[in-house]
Amino acid sequence: MRRQLFGNQRALRGFFLLMLALICIIALGHGEPVFGIDGGVTNIFKPLAQPAQEIKETSFLVLAVCAVIFVVVAGLLLYGLIRFRHRAGDDGSEPPQVYGSNQIELAWTVLPVLIVFVLILVTSRTIADIQDRKPPQGTLQTTIVGHQWWWEIRYPGLNIVTANELHVPASDGRGPRPTFLKLQSADVAHSFWVPQLAGKTDLIPNRENLMWIEPTKPGTYLGNCAEYCGTQHARMLIRVVVHSSDEFDRWVTEQQKNASVATNADEGRKAFFANSCVNCHTIRGTSAQGKFGPDLTHLMSREMLAAGVVPNTPDNLRRWVRDPQKIKVGCLMPNMQLTDQEVDHITAYLQTLK
Amino acid sequence: MATQEITIPVDRALGSSFVDRLHGLVVTVDHKKLGLMYIGTALGFLVVAGLMAVAIRLQLIIPNNTFLEPDVFNRFFTMHGTSMVFLVGMPIIAGFGNYLVPLMIGTRDMAFPRLNAFGYWMFLFGGLLLYFSYLGSPGLAGHGSAPDVGWFAYAPLTSRAFSRGTSTDYWILSLMLTSIGSTVSAINIIATIIALRCPGMKLMRMPLLVWLMLVTNFMILLALPGLSGAQIMLLIDRYLGAHFFDTQAGGSAVIWQHFFWIFGHPEVYILMIPAFACLSEIVPVFSRKPIFGYPIMVGATAMIGLISMSVWAHHMFTVGMTSVGNTFFAISTFLVGIPTGIKIFNWLGTMYGGKIRFDVPMLFCIGFLFQFLIAGLTGVMLAVAPFNWQLTDSYFVVAHFHYTLVGAFLFGIFAGFYYWYPKAVGRMLDRRLGLWHFWLFAIGFHLTFDTEHFAGLLGMPRRIFTYDAGRGWDTLNLIATVGALVQATAVLLLAINIVRSVKKGDPAGNDPWDAWTLEWSTTSPPPDYNFATIPTVRSRRPLWDLKHPEDPDWKYE
Repeated sequence: MRRQLFGNQRALRGFFLLMLALICIIALGHGEPVFGIDGGVTNIFKPLAQPAQEIKETSFLVLAVCAVIFVVVAGLLLYGLIRFRHRAGDDGSEPPQVYGSNQIELAWTVLPVLIVFVLILVTSRTIADIQDRKPPQGTLQTTIVGHQWWWEIRYPGLNIVTANELHVPASDGRGPRPTFLKLQSADVAHSFWVPQLAGKTDLIPNRENLMWIEPTKPGTYLGNCAEYCGTQHARMLIRVVVHSSDEFDRWVTEQQKNASVATNADEGRKAFFANSCVNCHTIRGTSAQGKFGPDLTHLMSREMLAAGVVPNTPDNLRRWVRDPQKIKVGCLMPNMQLTDQEVDHITAYLQTLK
Repeated sequence: MATQEITIPVDRALGSSFVDRLHGLVVTVDHKKLGLMYIGTALGFLVVAGLMAVAIRLQLIIPNNTFLEPDVFNRFFTMHGTSMVFLVGMPIIAGFGNYLVPLMIGTRDMAFPRLNAFGYWMFLFGGLLLYFSYLGSPGLAGHGSAPDVGWFAYAPLTSRAFSRGTSTDYWILSLMLTSIGSTVSAINIIATIIALRCPGMKLMRMPLLVWLMLVTNFMILLALPGLSGAQIMLLIDRYLGAHFFDTQAGGSAVIWQHFFWIFGHPEVYILMIPAFACLSEIVPVFSRKPIFGYPIMVGATAMIGLISMSVWAHHMFTVGMTSVGNTFFAISTFLVGIPTGIKIFNWLGTMYGGKIRFDVPMLFCIGFLFQFLIAGLTGVMLAVAPFNWQLTDSYFVVAHFHYTLVGAFLFGIFAGFYYWYPKAVGRMLDRRLGLWHFWLFAIGFHLTFDTEHFAGLLGMPRRIFTYDAGRGWDTLNLIATVGALVQATAVLLLAINIVRSVKKGDPAGNDPWDAWTLEWSTTSPPPDYNFATIPTVRSRRPLWDLKHPEDPDWKYE
């Protein structure tokens, strides 16, 4: 009896219907809460910028085509299984032996060819549209350099260098202000992916790639490195902060200043410059000109530490200076074996870098 | 097709004690034994690499989990991927080819039996060398352990600057050994098919499985040198100071990707075509009809083989190719969908008008058809380059290729296990355990990989050892991990079934499925010499002709 339960067509049919339902969720539930889960901040179907928006539109067309194909073919499969199942009272004779039919073969060759033709047209148009866009007047030019496991962010025209948090203007009332990103890598291959803004583009050493984003809505957008790049690949997070045009100009002015020379952290400054911190980090306006680690000139203007791993709080900063390996094991900043006092002082100094 | 016994002088020194039998395995050049050794070893690696997958899933069950260290996690997914492709997929193909091709074309062994044994031992020692890296690789400086560069080992992560120690060398050398094994096995199968067919078996009368084995082994010969060549260059980079992939001295990281995927994409079809082959034998028998459109199936397979050689850079839509390059590879990828679609329709055409028996092999075939349809459609989505910019390297891709390699390839291979096990062992696999295996595996599979599609759409990148809460990935990952455990249980049932049925299964007889190809005309298991007299065939289904002398196939072909 149990055999029947497993082997019979009803169980099979139920299984197929369940799967059909799941696929319908893929096809129709795009961007909407799935299983009660809100899409969240990295949902590719909730784009808030070009070219992610255009990609979504193309994707939906493709999804629709695929959904139709699925329903037809899975329907044919299901129908065939039920209609032509071996029945209980069968006389045991063999069914008519059919070897094939050229007309039918031709039909189900031509149909996919037509579908493929449509897909080719849609795809090539979208590729050209996005990839061959020329930077218009007022474009912000940036350079992103991938490092194991953080992002160096440069604004060549503006004399700003920062890390892990890319600030860009929104295209608002003042006209289109897209940002073009020149992508490079200092070590291994990485990939820049902020799903709500654009698809991925790889950062490959000894090569220069180009991508662009044109967000319209101020806010913070999250993303990850999307090409496996070693131990801490998972913890190489990127944030893009989109400002209104005016606010972005204010941010630029702030960032262009040299590091503040506060007087209340002299001991920390001495400790910083006496240790090998300066070999890797730059603080503009001082003798610290290291290039290996992130620029610290305006460290305190950043939301997160260690490429998005922990919030930039005094406590986390202190833990980071004490032993980076505790927060991000394998990262390339070593434990400098500082005394408690040195840690306190350096942390206090870093906090003046507003 | 007489099956009377003939006396063959047997070396009496080979008794039946354990040591004798082991000795028998070591010295054997018999295609059936070697085929089973290939499959058995592959199943062993399947269990090991599968357990790694379970560990990976356990690490991802909740956000910020600390079950595995980052480096351990990275080694696991590297070893999992490398093992599944090179130590499970490739030897299973060689195993099925070895065991079935001579039986199906009515001959007594492979064209080169010794080469055959050599290929198996190359594969086995290559696999053992890969796993030996866990012990041998740390070396005196304690650098590294098993390889942790991912199964496609993108440059320059593999250069000595970023991969210190010898783990990457283990990856290179062990895969080169298994590649030697795969290459000689491919040559052997091709030579056997071309040279040793029984009288009357023209090319267009071969069982489809044999045709598909021919195509897939030609693809192995064409594709593998791309990988081996790149690996040799990498080795020269690492030890002789060359700069092929050394980006700091003007080398190119992208050229490694081209080399790798020139091998890597055909590889996907190299694995898929043998699964197609199993389907093309099993679906007709359980539908009680000949395969629909045999010549079209042969042509479509050859087309897949050809086109799949020109689609490799669809793995590289994000490396910054020109828009023309991206469009070219999008188009070639769409084109490969056409022959693939034709194959699906022909299997459907075979089932239509038949009397479908839902035995375990057929259930796995149905699972294959359903899942391969979805895998194909997500493949179409990935071929749309702009969509691909969002989907690639996300969990959507992970779900897609597991749909092809588990949902389709493994389901097809499992169907083959249940179908040919009686021939190889002489006893049936237990049907009830088989049904449990099928349903648990199907349910676990869908729990894991359906949800991973959604995780990808929600922006989860692949190969991350952990993630923060609040991205909408938590529940999906939990479900995926539960599914992995269900799948592991199902595979355990398969293992129990395989071991138990050797002694306790129902006797199979020569032809338990009432099938039509030559392997079912001899005893189960077949004698050393396969056939007492070499058979003569007049059609694609010699046993149909025998069973239905009033309505033989040769009248219509």
